[in-house]
Amino acid sequence: MSQTSTAPAPTGSSAPTPRRGERARRVPNWAPWAAFAGAAVVVGALWPLLDLNIALFVLYTVVLGTLAVYLLTRSVEGSRQAIDRLVTCLVVSAFGLAMVPLVSLVWEVVSRGIGRLDGTFFNSSLVGIVGEGGGAYHAIMGTLIITALTTLISVPIGLMTAVFLVEYARGRLKRAITFLVDVMTGIPSIVAGLFAYALFAIFLGPGVRLGIMGAIALSVLMIPVVVRSAEEVLKLVPNELREASYALGVPKWRTIVKVVIPTAIAGLGTGVTLAIARVVGETAPLLITLGITTATNLNAFDGRMATLPVYAYYQLTQPGVPPQFATDRAWTAALVLIILVMGLNVVARLISRFFAPKSGR
Amino acid sequence: MAKRIDVSDLHIYYGNFLAVENVNVSIEPRSITALIGPSGCGKSTFLRSLNRMHEVIPGARVEGKVVMDGVDLYGSDVDPVDVRRQIGMVFQRPNPFPTMSIYENVAAGLRLNAKRMKKSDLDDLVERSLKGANLWTEVKDRLDRPGAGLSGGQQQRLCIARAIAVEPDVLLMDEPCSALDPISTLAIEDLMTELKERFTIVIVTHNMQQAARVSEQTGFFNLNGVGQPGRLIEFNPTEKIFSNPDQKATEDYISGRFG
Repeated sequence: MSQTSTAPAPTGSSAPTPRRGERARRVPNWAPWAAFAGAAVVVGALWPLLDLNIALFVLYTVVLGTLAVYLLTRSVEGSRQAIDRLVTCLVVSAFGLAMVPLVSLVWEVVSRGIGRLDGTFFNSSLVGIVGEGGGAYHAIMGTLIITALTTLISVPIGLMTAVFLVEYARGRLKRAITFLVDVMTGIPSIVAGLFAYALFAIFLGPGVRLGIMGAIALSVLMIPVVVRSAEEVLKLVPNELREASYALGVPKWRTIVKVVIPTAIAGLGTGVTLAIARVVGETAPLLITLGITTATNLNAFDGRMATLPVYAYYQLTQPGVPPQFATDRAWTAALVLIILVMGLNVVARLISRFFAPKSGR
Repeated sequence: MAKRIDVSDLHIYYGNFLAVENVNVSIEPRSITALIGPSGCGKSTFLRSLNRMHEVIPGARVEGKVVMDGVDLYGSDVDPVDVRRQIGMVFQRPNPFPTMSIYENVAAGLRLNAKRMKKSDLDDLVERSLKGANLWTEVKDRLDRPGAGLSGGQQQRLCIARAIAVEPDVLLMDEPCSALDPISTLAIEDLMTELKERFTIVIVTHNMQQAARVSEQTGFFNLNGVGQPGRLIEFNPTEKIFSNPDQKATEDYISGRFG
């Protein structure tokens, strides 16, 4: 690097500590940026020589730029500030690295899925479609119905379990339930699917496919998530509020319903919404409990149903000839799923903003 | 409706730990009884045992009798919820319900207990309670604003209004002024003097001037050492406690010779 600082050149290898009252010599604010720009120029000049691609170019630029910033700062400001800058560079690089898959995933799904994001996709099913056209109306409705059913089953059970854990359970029982909930959080989703399948096979015989089976399989996955998030939120409600309520002669259950839960409602809503977002894209359990269909079936108690993740899976793995149209539909289904999850996250944020207790200041 | 409380042979436990030993005292109606003593000596524990708030803590229990109006509050047929409806409590830190407005906070005791009441009656009750807590003029124009938006002293008076809105017989106050500035403290002390016309008041305080200013009776709690149970050393009229106490320990504590 050929950066010169505003301060005079150092005499030794490391900068002397400035005396009291003397102004510390500083690298100007633009210098790190300039260092990276210089690094980019240098690596760019070497591109033909080293036969680089874009990834290697970025990698070399970051390494060279970081090194330049470190050496520059060390020579002007001293080793402590140099290490400070070095760590800043490392942290920012790690952040950039983490963003790469996220951005490229979103980019890929949007660019490939946007083409079929049209009216037909939202209002027609796949009945009689072999090539072009067709939509995912049946899969979208299926996903919405299954998710709604799952929420209907999981939220009451999950919330009540959390209330029991926080307000009632003591000692060994509490630890046992908490442990089991933790174990349930880690259940592979296919196991949940097999559980629901086996459960219904007992009563209805093997090979049965029902919407409600899928909802039960997803509930097995969703309940522990709801319990954990609700438990954390309920624990945050100050004990003083419970005591204030008890001291007014309010029974315990009424205290929970009228004081504890309203105080925690923002966090509970956020937790539930994020739990929904967690299960809405589940594929494996739905594959074995719901199967797939090309026609619209809105009755969760009668026969196979399509859902977006399973739809995308089948469009991609069994596209037919020519495969292009089915593949496009699969990408669009993935895009719709991502939009759904993003929408749910936005809803979660809105809930926590609007329902949070107001200070009135 | 103030009532008298007779405590006899009361032992208070946390699990197996004896926190307060052998309290015998009788609390007079329409007066203020102050409880003083060093930290950890069991004043608050004793206070909480008077309206069965003590047993909210897991493992906590008591032995002995607390008799109010001829009824043993710890009798097997007595519902702790009923006891707390008769004996209200104000806590050390103001704790208005954050989800409720000022109006709803005062009405909370009735609303939470699902008592049906005409709107106009409820309005009257809220106004009466807030006036009783000397807060009405400050908040009458913003009853629908959140209670958490008030200042600390106002919040504490809001909590007092909430406690007296359910018309208890006895009001327990656990260091109600320790988080407040001298002006808010004065407001609450004046309020206590007014309230003792209607209620029996028991107050725990670390401020001995406060005990001397407001109370008729004073109880001094002490403990011999860490891990030992707290005991009621002396219970006498306030004037006597602060001028000529029976016990040496009381005199030492009051004159600042220890603790």
